[in-house]
Amino acid sequence: MTPIIEFKNYTFKYRSQTEPTLLDINLSIYPGEKVLIVGPSGSGKSTLAHCINGMVPFSFPGESTGTLTVNGMDPAQTGIFGMSKSVGTVLQDTDGQFIGLTVAEDVAFALENDCVAQEKMFELVDRVAETVDIKRLLEHAPTELSGGQKQRVSMAGVLVDDVDILLFDEPLANLDPATGKRAIDLIDRIHREKKKTVLIIEHRLEDVLYRDVDRIIVIGEGRVVADQKPDDLLVSDVLIREGIREPLYVTALKHAGCQLTAEDKPEHIETMRLERHREKIREWYGKVTLPDPKGEKEPALEILDLDFSYISGNPILANIHFRINRGEMLSIVGKNGAGKSTLSNLICGFLNPDRGKILLNGADIADKSIKERGEVIGLVMQNPNQMISKPMIFDEVALGLTVRGVPEDEVKERVGETLKICGLYPFRNWPISALSFGQKKRVTIASILVMNPSVLILDEPTAGQDYRHYTEIMEFLKELNEKYGITIVMITHDMHLMLEYTDRAIVIADGQLIADDTPANVLTNEQIADRAYLKKTSLYDLAVKCGIEDASGFAERFIYYERQVRENGRLQTADL
Amino acid sequence: MKQKFGIKQVVAIGIGTALFIVLTNAQVPFMIVPNTALQSRVAVLTFFSAIYGPIVGAAIGLIGHALGDALFYGSIWWSWVFPEAIFAIAVGLFSERYKVKAGGFGGKEIVLFNVIQVIGNALAWILAAPVLDIAIYAEPANKVFGQGAFAFLGNIIVAGVLGTLLLLAYSKVGAKSGSLSKED
Amino acid sequence: MAGSRLLTYKEKNTWIHRLSGVTKMLFFLLWSITGMLTYDTRILIVMLILSFVIFALSRTEWAQVGTVFKFILLFLCLNLLAVYAFSPHQGTIIYGTETVLAFSGRYSLTAEQLFYEFNIMLKYLTVTPVVLMFIVTTNPSEFAASLNKLGISYNVGYAIAIALRYVPDVQADFTKIKHAQEARGIEMSSKTSLWNRLKKMSMIIFPLLFSSMDRIDVVSNAMELRGFGKHKKRTWYMARKLTRNDYLTLAFVVAFAAIALAITFSDGSRFYNPFV
Repeated sequence: MTPIIEFKNYTFKYRSQTEPTLLDINLSIYPGEKVLIVGPSGSGKSTLAHCINGMVPFSFPGESTGTLTVNGMDPAQTGIFGMSKSVGTVLQDTDGQFIGLTVAEDVAFALENDCVAQEKMFELVDRVAETVDIKRLLEHAPTELSGGQKQRVSMAGVLVDDVDILLFDEPLANLDPATGKRAIDLIDRIHREKKKTVLIIEHRLEDVLYRDVDRIIVIGEGRVVADQKPDDLLVSDVLIREGIREPLYVTALKHAGCQLTAEDKPEHIETMRLERHREKIREWYGKVTLPDPKGEKEPALEILDLDFSYISGNPILANIHFRINRGEMLSIVGKNGAGKSTLSNLICGFLNPDRGKILLNGADIADKSIKERGEVIGLVMQNPNQMISKPMIFDEVALGLTVRGVPEDEVKERVGETLKICGLYPFRNWPISALSFGQKKRVTIASILVMNPSVLILDEPTAGQDYRHYTEIMEFLKELNEKYGITIVMITHDMHLMLEYTDRAIVIADGQLIADDTPANVLTNEQIADRAYLKKTSLYDLAVKCGIEDASGFAERFIYYERQVRENGRLQTADL
Repeated sequence: MKQKFGIKQVVAIGIGTALFIVLTNAQVPFMIVPNTALQSRVAVLTFFSAIYGPIVGAAIGLIGHALGDALFYGSIWWSWVFPEAIFAIAVGLFSERYKVKAGGFGGKEIVLFNVIQVIGNALAWILAAPVLDIAIYAEPANKVFGQGAFAFLGNIIVAGVLGTLLLLAYSKVGAKSGSLSKED
Repeated sequence: MAGSRLLTYKEKNTWIHRLSGVTKMLFFLLWSITGMLTYDTRILIVMLILSFVIFALSRTEWAQVGTVFKFILLFLCLNLLAVYAFSPHQGTIIYGTETVLAFSGRYSLTAEQLFYEFNIMLKYLTVTPVVLMFIVTTNPSEFAASLNKLGISYNVGYAIAIALRYVPDVQADFTKIKHAQEARGIEMSSKTSLWNRLKKMSMIIFPLLFSSMDRIDVVSNAMELRGFGKHKKRTWYMARKLTRNDYLTLAFVVAFAAIALAITFSDGSRFYNPFV
């Protein structure tokens, strides 16, 4: 069989860069295959995708050597329009890809550009809408759709062209876990039913492996580092070396000292053969002992019986009641649109509750203005570009102080101190535009920290970050929490984040608080996980399959062990 | 104009217009004279004209002003729509000379940009808008020239201060991090 | 969106809703041009009555346009007062007579001035219901398709579609950014000095504009990947063929405009003068 995509000794360098981004790539993908491409940010995995759909070299110019053939064509000759008949690309940013004013128009977009007659369009749009199950949404505007629905529209928009190759660029980046699971399911169904060649670029490996893939290609520093079947790759140490997160159950097995082989079939926890490892796991579970829980602390923030609605009779939040203790690191989780952001808007005073109280350090803050609250409760937005309003780092961080009329000497001192805490001091005279995304995030955190807030609320602090950057940001927040005693609240749907870095999770679903418990308990409780659009952690399945009854206790021990590993390097169980 | 009109220009008109419309609602009253306020949307129009040139600028001015008026105020004052485009064209005609994208927006360019924006605003608000007001609505000359003068003042302030700062900041986006060094 | 006073399209099944966007736009353009050119009180009164008839036929509810309408009235009053303040004798200049009703001196109130300002009011009011009707009865998608039919480049039509598509997103960004900046201590009040207001404005516009520049890149890439601009022409999913009602409406508005302008300019002046 001839490959549908073939790279031969392919090297590519962007015009604006001095070093090539892709180096000597040799890669063949055959018709009907489903391939997962993983790699950390900056590894060149997105560039690889851009080469296939023609964005390289047409939208992102540069020079290449070697050959690339896609469906018998050279993308560099055929151009983006020509390639779009063979390769359908679903972008990460579903809002950016949604161009039409309504679902139907967006699906028809490619047809309109091809001058397809209107009657024919109605028919094609209907058919493809059926495939991805969005038929009842055809007349809806993008603002009325959830992230998952928008992504289905994007898929329909490329399927309508009857392409041979489907290219998914980080399809899970903006979805909550349960929706992500459904997206992977849909991709799998389209792959099987329509016999398409599917390429998925993603760094959330475990989530993609929810359904079978034929091969996983690992890209590291512009080269193909591995090109293996999932079972073979998971038992090797390639993933860890390249900074890609393994599935949690695989990590757990490795911690327990199990020697995994491809025969164990580790691709899915549900079908993995664990007989050989059961005893080791149980033994490890018995050995790890948890430290005593931290003692009761004083409350920092208390939310008392809060109700809120935009239109009366249609509550967005009802009876929300919980407390956040001083020095805690806590997550607020739930599906998109459950009311998480509304809650933070209420806390910060952008909205006023219909009923209930918010106490900060024991005092009601109802009559405090947004500005006054901002001095004690800092809010960091998801996208740093939406906060940065000064060209220079120093000025940006100083902003909150200067508008409050703090004397210049003090501003200088406090900003300098904050920049040191955030590791930005060496860059203090740089323009913000020269920073990476992660560094910009730090700048926005610094610009809030400078006001010495006692509580920091972060909206999706690690969205779209790969494992290395995720760890970097989270370790930094942990340090702020431990060293400086700042209470940290994170609004998130990242299960790893809540499991690994927070002591408690507040779960909100359909405007109600449905759980206030340890993350390990939340993520091993099927009912709660389902209602909040979370996903049971695979550690739960591992525990159950190994006959450990206290699955949540198992998850907790794993997390504790992981933290120790991160701090001290991999340990022997005996050391604990 | 050497600039080609491609997808990017179409999208720039679209997004620029969306920004212009949204900011229509976010103006700070300047004086109690109808139709005059410190309009933040002027900064957007100035910025897009200086970056993308006269066609994109004129389109944002025309469509944005007409749609913004219609959507928020339910009327369209054509005599104030067209001057918006005149201003955008004036600023946009010299877009290559500001060297914003190349990262060269400095002293000389800032002066040039500000001279042009003042001339453009004068053409639009001191000349075109009042003349159109008189022609279309037969409004009293001293009233419309008064209004025009206020609009002119407000707009040169916004375009001069915010426009210049925005262009300066955007010009730095292209600056290479290679020329920067860490300090202790 | 709660509390927004932005006018929006609302689907309903009246013959006005069923008209093509082209028809409604041409109607609206010719109607407002006529309204702009004429100062003939008789014609303006006829137009005003017709405007309200059309408005009623479109079954537009007060809730859809109430807030905007009140704003227009407020604006109109301010404008009328401004005209009087700046030029209390404009009516006399136009109509050539002076009939003082009250006061004396610079601000003496004349019948001519009142009549002139009455005409200004009519001019505003004849156009407003048609603009409101156009916006609340025209499906924005179909409108973009319509423009293309009028011979306007589809690039322009699509630019407008993109603008309408992203207004809600930009509005949401704006609100988020404003909130975050307020929490950092920036208050958008009009109480401070001009310079401070500008500075505060910049703190919202900077992030809004620069995150929008990223969006331009994403959207144009997405459009290119799906073949936008491939051919000289494109078809439209939402296009609508002109029907008999469309042609009748167009014939009516063309005839009306022609007659109205003929009457207006028959005596060489665009003003109807009851004073001589």
